[in-house]
Amino acid sequence: MELDLHKQFRVDIKEHLVKFVFFSFAFLSVITTVGIVVVLITDSAIFFSEVSFFEFFTGTRWSPTIRPEEFGVLPLISGTLTFTLVTSLIAIPTGLLAAIFLSEYANERVRSVLKPALEVLAGIPTVVYGYFALVYITPMLKSFIPQLSTFNVLSASIVVGIMIIPTIASISEDAMRAVPNTLRHAAFGLGVTKFQVTTSVVVPSALSGIVSSFILGISRVIGETMAVTIAGGNMSRMVNWLKPGETLFEPVQTMTAAMVEIGVSDVTGDSVAYRSLFAVGLTLFAMTMVLNMVSAYIKRKYREKY
Amino acid sequence: MAVKDIASGAAEDNIRKERIKGIVFQVFCVIAALFGIVSLGALLIYVIYEAAGWLDLEFITNTPSRFAEKAGVRPPLLGSAFVIGLVALFSLPLGVGSAIYLEEYSKQSFFRRFIEINIANLAGVPSIVYGLLGLGLFVSTFGMPHGIVLVGAFTLTLRVLPIVIVSSQEAIKAVPDLQRHASLGLGTTRWQMIRTVVLPEAVPGILTGTIIALANAMGETAPLIMIGAATTMFTSPHGLFSSFSAMPLQIYAWSDFPQSEFQHGVTPAAIVVLLIIILSMNGIAVYFRNKFYQKKRQK
Amino acid sequence: MIELDGTIMKHNERTETEQKLDTVINVNELSFYYGQTQALFNIDMRIYKNRVTSIIGPSGCGKSTMLRCFNRMNDLIEGTQVEGRILLNDKNIYDKDIDPVRLRRHIGMVFQQPNPFPKSIFDNVAYGPRMFGTHNREKLQEITETSLKKAALWDEVKDRLHKSALSLSGGQQQRLCIARAIAVEPEVILMDEPASALDPIATTFIEDLIDELKKNYTVVIVTHNMQQAGRVGDYTAFFLNGYLEEFDTTEKLFLNPASKKTADYISGRFG
Repeated sequence: MELDLHKQFRVDIKEHLVKFVFFSFAFLSVITTVGIVVVLITDSAIFFSEVSFFEFFTGTRWSPTIRPEEFGVLPLISGTLTFTLVTSLIAIPTGLLAAIFLSEYANERVRSVLKPALEVLAGIPTVVYGYFALVYITPMLKSFIPQLSTFNVLSASIVVGIMIIPTIASISEDAMRAVPNTLRHAAFGLGVTKFQVTTSVVVPSALSGIVSSFILGISRVIGETMAVTIAGGNMSRMVNWLKPGETLFEPVQTMTAAMVEIGVSDVTGDSVAYRSLFAVGLTLFAMTMVLNMVSAYIKRKYREKY
Repeated sequence: MAVKDIASGAAEDNIRKERIKGIVFQVFCVIAALFGIVSLGALLIYVIYEAAGWLDLEFITNTPSRFAEKAGVRPPLLGSAFVIGLVALFSLPLGVGSAIYLEEYSKQSFFRRFIEINIANLAGVPSIVYGLLGLGLFVSTFGMPHGIVLVGAFTLTLRVLPIVIVSSQEAIKAVPDLQRHASLGLGTTRWQMIRTVVLPEAVPGILTGTIIALANAMGETAPLIMIGAATTMFTSPHGLFSSFSAMPLQIYAWSDFPQSEFQHGVTPAAIVVLLIIILSMNGIAVYFRNKFYQKKRQK
Repeated sequence: MIELDGTIMKHNERTETEQKLDTVINVNELSFYYGQTQALFNIDMRIYKNRVTSIIGPSGCGKSTMLRCFNRMNDLIEGTQVEGRILLNDKNIYDKDIDPVRLRRHIGMVFQQPNPFPKSIFDNVAYGPRMFGTHNREKLQEITETSLKKAALWDEVKDRLHKSALSLSGGQQQRLCIARAIAVEPEVILMDEPASALDPIATTFIEDLIDELKKNYTVVIVTHNMQQAGRVGDYTAFFLNGYLEEFDTTEKLFLNPASKKTADYISGRFG
């Protein structure tokens, strides 16, 4: 009997073809990144030939569609930073304490209910959160903060804070559960209370994961769009952080909200206003990119070995 | 050694102080854990309560209108369904194919790390930037019309792809090597092995990740605004090149209407419709995830 | 010196009688349950002050469980139950009004796998005192130096106290854990197979250290290594299937065991 062990040309071609097709699919991700960078940079480049870097990055008035047109991005950055700061002040402590509860205090049954429940928070679309902020939360807050304006930072921050809690909680919780039990036992064996074990051994031992979850959360908030567009209003302004009342209770426009405003307006593809969209987008993209890379770096470099 | 030292009454050490701190701390932790859930629960109850009178069959079949009683969500509902359907159609092969390449064909090399880092980065890009990509690439460069179904689908596909790839990778990784070796040992080609052994095993995991990604995409608004989708349409889309609107866009448009019948009637109804769809999709995904874990446990 | 199967044992002074020794821990009819499973059956034994007591026995005989009863570390496991009493200087540590946290400050523990915190060497040793409220810098430095010296580690680490504890070798880490336990000034030190994860040279270090430690502390050590029990222990308890089969001075238990099962185990017929 003759065995034909030779390679079959037809089959080989098919295998190579399949591999090539899948490779090109995977390579699509690289193309997407390149696409994003190219699109942002080319239109921004044209924009910066019409509006100087200086005016863009130091101007304190943002008015792309209303005369006199000015393209200073500082109010938008100020708006984004303010909104991000307030939201983080709500989401980070809450997320961390929730993670500690899940990791150190809750039993299996409670965890199995609480964890999926927290995931639901992240599944609600931000449009809906924006509506909640505008129509439910703001009126409720107004009843004991009479000077609260209809569009304000506080309501938007509360709802987005709620939305971000699962991000921080789940990554921090994973980091804490990864701390080996023998370290907890060592501390207990010395005669310290559970509170001391949690705060002086577990949390410090999980710190790199916890911190990277914070940074990731912050990055998400910076990129958050619809809630703050609906509930924050359309007025861009330089936020005065020295006056907390003014900061929290007045409207704000973030970079993302400003982009939406241009997007829904009548600007044509050939105008400076249209291209300003990409300049702001580029700034936003740069900010979130840097944060994501810092988060990944911290997680990698400071990963504790137990 | 004084034995009374170890009784709870002894006060010379700091245990009592620490214990009190501990109890206060635990209370705060519980509050934190429940804060989000309770708040959202309250908001959801409220919105359902307000939607109650307005959510009926007519609401689903009518078109949007200035008049609250006549308002409906058919066009944006069909728009969402159409676009998300296309996103599923595009993202599954692209996403699973990419995952197959990464897990089954490529070796651990710098190039593979490079692609994986890329995908991780893309997952962290704000969705509005994907809208800019769609605008600059599909509309400006390729010259496709503003706000048509196909452009919306392409844009959201790119947005959703990193998540689909990563969850497919996880599902494929979970297939034991033993099975791969069994197949190859019988003399099958690589692709045959993937097609007949790896993929069937990985399907529940792949579906879970994809459905969750699609549920997220249903709620995406900003990218669609950027590519020019209308916030309100009176006609439903009938082809790939039709203009369209989507549920979240309609909700955004209606959030501007100050009339009480809208703010406390029509818009909540639209929100409830959207939430029902999204939560059902998540529920289906969880169902597949449980099936996936059952399969793993059976081994 | 007495020879036993080629192993050289210390010669215990026969002059001391039980009355001359202080009893630090007195175990009375102790039974222990993991949920429905009983792990310890009616244990009666004594731990004498400034002596080393070894607990030996085959795997699963309950020796680690017994050890963890002394400092109530078993409380951390859900579903455990205790019957009987363990008296620390005549007070039952399982009494309702006893605070386990306080108890553990008097009864310290060293674990099988060295488990230093991912902190600096200094912060590891200073951890206990800090947690108890000592924040004075000089005091902490003094305590750390004393403890590291007692653990025979000072000379090796005195120039790198602020380096990570994880940069030490396995044997050094274990001595660090001992220093950490000593820093809180316990009366009793429990050791759960402290040298089983270490190489022979590091093991010898630890055994010599235990000999030194008993001058100031009372030591209870669980070991599966019989030769180690013979070298290190003044008293030995032999556990079998949750029962205390025999308890006596090490010399007597090894040379002239009262129970046949003890004799079988010692001579290697099982276990």
